[in-house]
Amino acid sequence: MAKVTLCDVSKNFDGVPALSEVSATIKDGEFVALLGPSGCGKTTLLRLIAGFEAPCEGEILVDEGTVASARTNTLVPPEARNMGIVFQSYALWPHMSVLRNIAYPLEVGGMARAQREAKVAAALQMTGLTKYADRMPAALSGGQRQRVALARCLVADPTAVLLDEPLANLDLALRGAMRDAFAAFHQRTGATMIYVTHDQTEAMAMADRVAVIVEGRIVQFAPPETLYNEPANSFVAGFVGDGAVVDVNAGDRIGPTAVQVTFMGQPVTARSHTDRPNRLCIRPEDLTVSDQGVLRAKVRQCTYLGGRFRLSLKTGHGADLVVFSAKRVDVDSTLGLTIATPWAFTQEAAHG
Amino acid sequence: MAHKLQGSRPEGWLLSLLMVPVILITLAPVVRLFIEGITVDDQLDSGLFTEVLLRGSTQSALWHSLFTAGVGTVISVLIGGAFAFLVALTDVRAKAALVFSLMIPMMIPPQITALAWTQVMGPSSVLLKTLGMAPPLGAPQPLYSPMGIALLLGIQHSSIVFLTLRAGLRSIPPETVEAARISGAKGLRVWWQIVLPLCLPSLAAGTAMAFVTALGNFGIPAILGIPAGYSTLPTLIYQRLSGMGTTVLSEVAVLAILIGAVALLGVFLHRYFLGQRAYGLVGLATRPLEVRLGQTRWMVEFTLWAVIATILVLPILALIVTSLVPAYGVPLSWETATFAGWHETLFRQPVTARAFRNSLLLATGASLVLMAVSLPLAWSMQRHPNRITRIFDVLVDLPYALPGVVLAIACILMFINLPFTEYTLYGTIWIIFIAYLARFFTIMLRPVQSALQQLDPSMEEAAQSAGAGLACRLRTILLPLTAPAAAAGAILVFLTAFNELTVSALLWSSGSETLGVVIFNLDDSGETVMASAVSVTVVLVVIALMGAIQFMSKFMPKGVVPWQK
Repeated sequence: MAKVTLCDVSKNFDGVPALSEVSATIKDGEFVALLGPSGCGKTTLLRLIAGFEAPCEGEILVDEGTVASARTNTLVPPEARNMGIVFQSYALWPHMSVLRNIAYPLEVGGMARAQREAKVAAALQMTGLTKYADRMPAALSGGQRQRVALARCLVADPTAVLLDEPLANLDLALRGAMRDAFAAFHQRTGATMIYVTHDQTEAMAMADRVAVIVEGRIVQFAPPETLYNEPANSFVAGFVGDGAVVDVNAGDRIGPTAVQVTFMGQPVTARSHTDRPNRLCIRPEDLTVSDQGVLRAKVRQCTYLGGRFRLSLKTGHGADLVVFSAKRVDVDSTLGLTIATPWAFTQEAAHG
Repeated sequence: MAHKLQGSRPEGWLLSLLMVPVILITLAPVVRLFIEGITVDDQLDSGLFTEVLLRGSTQSALWHSLFTAGVGTVISVLIGGAFAFLVALTDVRAKAALVFSLMIPMMIPPQITALAWTQVMGPSSVLLKTLGMAPPLGAPQPLYSPMGIALLLGIQHSSIVFLTLRAGLRSIPPETVEAARISGAKGLRVWWQIVLPLCLPSLAAGTAMAFVTALGNFGIPAILGIPAGYSTLPTLIYQRLSGMGTTVLSEVAVLAILIGAVALLGVFLHRYFLGQRAYGLVGLATRPLEVRLGQTRWMVEFTLWAVIATILVLPILALIVTSLVPAYGVPLSWETATFAGWHETLFRQPVTARAFRNSLLLATGASLVLMAVSLPLAWSMQRHPNRITRIFDVLVDLPYALPGVVLAIACILMFINLPFTEYTLYGTIWIIFIAYLARFFTIMLRPVQSALQQLDPSMEEAAQSAGAGLACRLRTILLPLTAPAAAAGAILVFLTAFNELTVSALLWSSGSETLGVVIFNLDDSGETVMASAVSVTVVLVVIALMGAIQFMSKFMPKGVVPWQK
């Protein structure tokens, strides 16, 4: 297993930028999710790491070795990188049995037969596919195909495992089960895993760290709880988790991590790393419905989520808020709210 | 470990070098022909060009070509269009059998179609004599006429219209028709206002293609027109070249350019209409449209099968009957029936034996060579596209779409003197072989291309990240997955090459006769019985091979078998 380093990597397709100056280090044995809306460049980044694309600028290193560099015009082809990849379509070869699909990387590598058989048997065992070894891919269910693809990419002990939206083609129930399977698998093998997804719950549930990518740039690369509690900008705040982002005027700093802001005419203490934040991220947990609350808001919508209600609110100042409530509340009624310590950040103009 | 970027996949770029011989064989002759037409003694000169164009014989042949191909196309549209609408839109039964039967006329070589039909009509028709219905001796053969030529051209190419139109009809989502019916439209109104406008580009494209093919047809106007002294451009070229030899090469090159230009116009129209077909129809046509015919269904079915019987069964029956009589003109009965003609052609005549062998070798060789080249070529065209491969992709249809005589003349010009040597290929079987490679390249390449395109690219990428180099991927992943399409393409090439007449009629020499040439020559020299016997054999081979493709079609990707989907 290995560490993967990206240094100022850019990629254009016919002049259209897909990735711009991406720098990141993925640690040995880390499970990293590349999260972003479709078309943001996350799959391009994965394909650059795999070697299917060459960077237009910058360098990619695996451990200390350069695998791609635009400066020296070097590119180690995918077949020489020893990475495992699971495609969204799984890309099982329909003319080979499960066994041959899994054995293929070892056959190509010229491994001796006895050793090969032992490794394939182990991979089959680990993915629970032993009794399907002689089936053809067409005769497998979606979840089984997924496991064959995983076994195939692991059998040759790759330096890193790349996963391109591997759960997108599965139904909801199976998705949950496979998510747990991936996490357990990562714990057991300690493999470096890079996982592309547009589903924030998937990314948050499995990854050690999540890189949020927007328009070809990594806007925040942090553990899931940091993304949720301390989003770097409006996009991350909106894309990850529920809640609202509102404009505020910053007041005085009242400690190393706290700042006084004015929200709806009221002084509110917010967590922040910057001196003059201009946005406030209010998660539903930051608000409590209370008759004593000085903040007043009108209920626009009340949705039952099972066990609790999600209320969409509109304040007198025109801000949209979200809060959870234990009881059903009538639409158009007015509520009082108290606010805990939300997260305040500085939004630069370019990101609107 | 690290390679230089440009050289990172040397095998990939090596494969691109395949383009060089392929372009030399497929496209260079056509370019050479064009240069011949506009130069005299290597000087740019349009003198010969205008002189040949202004000749009376040229102009009448051009008019004859346009007239027969035009009327023939109208007939093709009537037959092919009616079949396409009825088969694609209604609930007639046994659709697969109908489609298969309608495809046979296209696959049967035109000179056999012409020969067979002359056995159906006319004073010496064995079939009519046997039935006692023959017109008196000396009565004219009604098919030796412009309308006769047009009729057979129409029948021969109706399946082109049928196939293109049916493909268009199948891509109409049934929702569009259901929406019209919910709005209150019924019956013919739906057909007229919804279905017809949506499939008009397909119909136009099929019509243009049928016209181009009819224009280049040689077998039918040769067998029916030459006895009547009625020349079309292909037969005029043939007559000039076989009468005067290579001294008139420059002159026939002009004629070839003329017919090639008209055909090219049709090809462009075809492409244009196919492009118009993309209306942006929403929804997948998963369920085909199926209008219930109700009470009238058996009548429609009866009519369709009656048409098939007339254009397919009747002529083949006439051929069989003729092949069984001792001498042409004798009626067939239990006493007169004999296999003498068969025996003579199949076992005694050295020419026919040689022709069988030549055609077999040419067809096998062409399909094997093309099969071996197509996968690596299609791969490099798809994965390393550049300006050259894109232009080639557009032009590779040309040697097939252009009339056979044009390609034949182009090949003579190109290979009569091999550049930098004293050698000539003209007069050997190799010139026919090269012409076949050029002409049938697209038949082989397109199915392989479409199989490769339908293949999930991550199939190959998965193998690549498993450590497989290009040669290994081609062998273990791509070859097995495209093999069915390649096999279908190879059988189609074999079928078409085995029956070919137009190209070989101009390129053959003693010793390198093909089956098409032998049938034509036997008929020309009055050996109708023997010509019929050879023809029946060829028709049987054609039907057997088509059956083989039909059987294999369920294992193949979509769009590989031309008469499926």
